[in-house]
Amino acid sequence: MAGVAVSTPHKTYKRPWLTQTRREAAYGYLFALPFIIGFLALTLGPMIFSLYASFTKYNIVSAPEWTGLDNYQTIFQYDDTFRIALKNTFFYVIVKTPLAIALSLFLAILLNLENLPFKRIFRTVYYLPSVLTGVAAVFLWVWVLNPEGLLNRGLSLLHIPGPNWFYDPNWSKPGLIVMAMWYIGTPMLIFLAGLNGIPQQLYEAAEIDGAGTIRKFWSVTIPLLSPTIFYLVVTNIIGAFQVFTSAYVVSNTAGSAPGDPAQSLLFYEIYLYQRAFQHLEMGYACALAWILFAIVMVITGFQLWLAKRWVYYES
Amino acid sequence: MSTIATQPARALTGSSWQHSKRRRALIARIVALIILLLGGILFFMPFLYMLSTSLKLQKDVFNPNWIPHPIAWNNYKDALTSAPFGTYFKNTAIITFFAVAGNVLSASLVAYSFARLRWPGRDFWFGVVLATMILPGIVTMIPRYILFSKIGWVNTFLPLTVPAWLGGSTLYIFLLRQFYRGIPMDLSEAARIDGAGELRIWWQIIMPLARPALAAVTIFAFNGAWDDYMDPLIYLHDESLYTLQLGLTTFKAGGGGVPEWHWMMAASLVVLLPVVIIFFAGQKYFIEGVTLTGIKG
Repeated sequence: MAGVAVSTPHKTYKRPWLTQTRREAAYGYLFALPFIIGFLALTLGPMIFSLYASFTKYNIVSAPEWTGLDNYQTIFQYDDTFRIALKNTFFYVIVKTPLAIALSLFLAILLNLENLPFKRIFRTVYYLPSVLTGVAAVFLWVWVLNPEGLLNRGLSLLHIPGPNWFYDPNWSKPGLIVMAMWYIGTPMLIFLAGLNGIPQQLYEAAEIDGAGTIRKFWSVTIPLLSPTIFYLVVTNIIGAFQVFTSAYVVSNTAGSAPGDPAQSLLFYEIYLYQRAFQHLEMGYACALAWILFAIVMVITGFQLWLAKRWVYYES
Repeated sequence: MSTIATQPARALTGSSWQHSKRRRALIARIVALIILLLGGILFFMPFLYMLSTSLKLQKDVFNPNWIPHPIAWNNYKDALTSAPFGTYFKNTAIITFFAVAGNVLSASLVAYSFARLRWPGRDFWFGVVLATMILPGIVTMIPRYILFSKIGWVNTFLPLTVPAWLGGSTLYIFLLRQFYRGIPMDLSEAARIDGAGELRIWWQIIMPLARPALAAVTIFAFNGAWDDYMDPLIYLHDESLYTLQLGLTTFKAGGGGVPEWHWMMAASLVVLLPVVIIFFAGQKYFIEGVTLTGIKG
């Protein structure tokens, strides 16, 4: 047989070009193609164009006009509204994120107690608001936080004079943060899953070593939950920087212009929206977008660096 | 060895130790129950307030009574006929349907490729998926608008539906990939030996097994499309194309500057209702889905 094969080489068994490996790779590319096309056409391409546009004066109708660093210079040197928007946004991020994380962790710990009755009902009640994110829910909260609304009525029962919330520039951001606390169901569920993953033996071992409740919390719960905390802090900060719908609808319902009252709800993305879609200053708005992007990336990078010091990975 | 050594010591104090531990657990449970009950009431009251206001006459909305008197059922009819809510509902339903179908099908196909097929460059592209997950949408918002306006898609439903067919949200790809990786590879191998193609393995073996994860993605995508405000605000300018979310904002313009709270609450309640129904119908999957997204730190 071997001799025959050697004498007639053109008849030897040749591996087919389309091997299983190649076939699998071809299907792999093919099936991933929707994402690859989407990424190139709707994310990477637009990002490159946006970076270019940020150095131009561009109103969509006429061609972009190269202006170099003008947009960035104007933003940093002369744009007072930019500064207000940045200040408002930082206030929101810095106050809202720790509150939301702490409160959702607290709820998750309570819900994770052994033999707690009505566990599922509580979980449902606390999670339900998280799925109601549109305009309707914002209306509800503008109404709840009305000077004569539900919350102030409740506060007056406790003899606390309620503020005017969305009608008072000093209280509008706190009002928005109160509203954001209605949406802690998602981090709560993620914390619950994290808590479920902590082996019970670790608590028992800590108890035998004489650890009390507080000690167990800091020495067992927090370290083992640190990857979850890290994930939630990173994603919540990125989300909070881009607050838009709630503030935009609140301003238009309680006040008359985006950012009302008195520019106290003028957040970064609302300002960017105004520049882009109301003034059609696309180049300027792209520069604004890249500045926020840079800020978010620096903060995320810093957190990644910090994570090495405090986030505990089992492997 | 050490367990044997500590055994006598624990046996001595074991019962009282166990007893006080059980008592402390009971107290913790009662305190937790009280806090959760109070918090739960706080979380739920806004819904009752909404329902109550939606059934009041306009002159009674600031009246602190919970039970409206008289009960103004007409508010619902009046609120929903004050603007073409039938059209808004139809538009929202069309957009939601195509966005959900696109998200589920394309994210599933892409996730299948990342989870169950080997190809050069796969890890690189999966890294791109992860990076896109935390990419702030703000950097692509304006150039995407420019792109869609250049190809004449502004004032159509296309910018709200077509992106869903191109992999959809990277969060869904990630979630489904996690789930698909958990399905034994032997199933695919056996099917390949039987001569099944990849498309058939995906559709006939993986998709049915991944029903809980697909249900979660379906619900997420439904809520995402139904509740979306920003994209419709940017892309839909004709009132005949408005979605429910945009339609709701027409209320603030009416009533001579004073918001018509009774109508706003009635219309809002109707808009929230489908999401609430889907939430209760799919709660199990929902909670699994959220859990799955948070597993990896």
